[in-house]
Amino acid sequence: MRPAPFWGSLIAALVAGVVLTETVANEYTYNALYVVLQAMLMAIAWNILGGFTGYVNFGSAGFFAVGAYTTVALHKGFGLPLPLMILAAAVVCGLIGLGLGYLTLRLKGVYFAIATLAMAIVIETLVNNWSYVGGAKGYYVLTPEQHLWFDSYIQMLFMVMLLLTLAAVAVSRALSSSRLGRGLAAIRDDEVAAECAGVPTLRLKLVSTTVMGAMMGVAGAPFPYFVTFVDPLSAFNLFIAVNAIAMPMIGGTAHWLGPVVGAVLVGSVQEVVKVNVSSELNVLLVGIMLVAFITLAPQGIVGLARGYLRRRAP
Amino acid sequence: MSGELLRVSGLTKRFGGFVALDRVSLAVRSGERLGLIGPNGSGKTTLINCISGALYNDEGTVEFEGRDVTRLPPFERARAGIARSFQIPKPFRSMTVLDNLRVPLEYAAWERTEHGGTAGEAMRVLELIGLAARAHEDSAKLTQVDMRKLELARALAAKPRLLISDEAMAGLSSTEVDEVLGILRRLNETGITIIMIEHIMHAVMRFSERVVCLDAGQVICEGAPRAIVNDPGVQRAYLGA
Amino acid sequence: MLSADLLANAVVAGILLGGFYAAVAIGLAIVFGQLDIVNIAHPAFIIVGAYVAYILNSLFGFDPVLTGLAAAPAFFLCGALVYRIYFLAFERTGQESLSGLAFFFGVMFIIEVSLILVYGVDYRLVQAGYIGQTWTIGFVDLPLRMLVPCAISVALTLGVYLYMSRTFMGRAIQAVAQDRLALQLMGADPVRIKQWAFGLGIATAAIAGSLLIVIGPVEPSVGRLYIGRAFAIVVLGGMGSIPGMFVAALLLGVIESIVATFFGPSWAPAVSFGVLGLTLALRPAGLFGRS
Repeated sequence: MRPAPFWGSLIAALVAGVVLTETVANEYTYNALYVVLQAMLMAIAWNILGGFTGYVNFGSAGFFAVGAYTTVALHKGFGLPLPLMILAAAVVCGLIGLGLGYLTLRLKGVYFAIATLAMAIVIETLVNNWSYVGGAKGYYVLTPEQHLWFDSYIQMLFMVMLLLTLAAVAVSRALSSSRLGRGLAAIRDDEVAAECAGVPTLRLKLVSTTVMGAMMGVAGAPFPYFVTFVDPLSAFNLFIAVNAIAMPMIGGTAHWLGPVVGAVLVGSVQEVVKVNVSSELNVLLVGIMLVAFITLAPQGIVGLARGYLRRRAP
Repeated sequence: MSGELLRVSGLTKRFGGFVALDRVSLAVRSGERLGLIGPNGSGKTTLINCISGALYNDEGTVEFEGRDVTRLPPFERARAGIARSFQIPKPFRSMTVLDNLRVPLEYAAWERTEHGGTAGEAMRVLELIGLAARAHEDSAKLTQVDMRKLELARALAAKPRLLISDEAMAGLSSTEVDEVLGILRRLNETGITIIMIEHIMHAVMRFSERVVCLDAGQVICEGAPRAIVNDPGVQRAYLGA
Repeated sequence: MLSADLLANAVVAGILLGGFYAAVAIGLAIVFGQLDIVNIAHPAFIIVGAYVAYILNSLFGFDPVLTGLAAAPAFFLCGALVYRIYFLAFERTGQESLSGLAFFFGVMFIIEVSLILVYGVDYRLVQAGYIGQTWTIGFVDLPLRMLVPCAISVALTLGVYLYMSRTFMGRAIQAVAQDRLALQLMGADPVRIKQWAFGLGIATAAIAGSLLIVIGPVEPSVGRLYIGRAFAIVVLGGMGSIPGMFVAALLLGVIESIVATFFGPSWAPAVSFGVLGLTLALRPAGLFGRS
């Protein structure tokens, strides 16, 4: 996408968000939008390591939860404002991503994937046993009083998440068409050939895991304020992890637009099903969509669209 | 003026109990055209892997431009100026032909390249190799011949001092072989040292100034092409006792 | 504080547990250890096996272990089918790494959520004559609900080991792992052999599942805890080595048991992943593995 239409769309989305907060008061709307945006941010983050670099992360819930629990710990200890919490979450989770990558990225992609699962479960076990943040019993966060000029706190959270997600889209796009992005794509396509072409594969992979970790932490940071009760079960939710994989894979992993499209599509379907049928079926649906898409259309929706456009062009 | 570019000393590489390279020593002059021959399994590709860094040797050293690169990771050796093409082409399948070349330009050759001009430079390399017409095509959809050319182009895009071509001509027709030989000759004329691994004897003989023959992981003969062809040891290695 | 009594019991319990873990890991040792197919849904199939045993036990009072054995052929066919889909979608096109992993992740997820939808998140258990009993030797307790699964598991491991080393099909499976081309040249179809191997792996899941529910109550998300254990055991044992896998299983069982006894059971999940992590970091070839 050319720069002008891209930035135009981002600004339009931002403006639309502001207009929405001025016109719609129904809290459910913002709830639903927040959930979809959060999922989109997670999907974009996942795709940086998964789609761009070719390494599968099964432990997305771990990063997300650490972001949430960083907020919990800081809230309990210092009562910091949200932007600082988000920053802190980004730093902590970025470091975890770096550490995880350093320990495991020398191994084959398969072992890395299993290691991410391991990391998520180990962190969950640690949090479960950490009474400062409530351990297995959970932690209550009271909704703060002040919500700037918005009508309600959830409206403000929505705008925060919108901003964060749009920023992530911009970062993702910048990454994909940069020298760094081409290096990552080379690693994904053929790591040995990339190394012989001068790509410092380990270094770039570490950048990738760090950015992904930081983004996922940022997605999780406002979560305690959104749900007001945080416990390991809700934070380390498998559903979050599956969505983080399913949305990019359904949308298309090779392109920065893929996770966005996937999140909008899958997220909307999920909201509809959750409201009209049941939330358990909702969860099953994601799994089925994931399996269906990766077996039948591995290039995802964006991939299909590009193939179609290419065939139509002279 | 033309000093020693590469020196391999006592290189040994084992895979479990199997000795793939046995105290191989070899020196390559700057600007030289060296042919590396030997029957299948003699260790040619293993030697290349050890020189380029894809494998680490168990014993011995690799020196490039006077510097000990034995423990350097592959990407650093690429940056230092060692480039290789792969026997079985390994293109970056999700990228166009042009973008395939931008990667080595932006990484291996980064210090030798004008930042921001990589697309143009990539095109020039493609023109040199004869792939300019396919610049914006999917690299995954190339013909075998063109993939081999892309392999060479990618190695060239790394702006190497030493280019190692690993059986780039296997399975090509004689016109195509001449084409690739011509490209390699032109590259050599610009000052790039070339090591060529090939089974196609007449190509090796025409191209090389000096030939080294490996068998069962050891250097059994080295010298001018004509002398090698007549060497009884080489004949034994290829044809049996 | 550290009583010999407690320690001895922890170790014995660990050995029994480890013996059972071998049944959990044997299917993966074939599929992942030999054939490099990353079936992280394997524990999910084990849970299905557990539920099958539960259903037949609560409806008809069938002995769970016998149910497991009886269900194995059906699981075999199921496994063959799953492999067929995996092959057609991924192996044939060379997409194994990213998509193949996501595929099995999706399968695991579908299985777990389907079980929740049908049976909910309550724990299910089986009734059998031997479950309540305990034999005692000196100061060491041997609860039968652990001893029986351990014994069956050892028999299963031995059976599979003999199968892999003595029968034509078993050796063909090992051959596929080592030299696919040579196998093709000998006239055998690598795809059919892998399909058979995968089916075999899932068949062991039926048995492992029935043993699992004998040891303790089961609910759908329990499978995820076993992902770490199964992979840790296969990797620690050395990919492709069944004896190695068995030793690793015992080791893991003992370590977990000791940790649970002296530090509390809530730390148990971390143990297997910790072991896996250490193995990958320090000695990826495992204890007995090929390089």
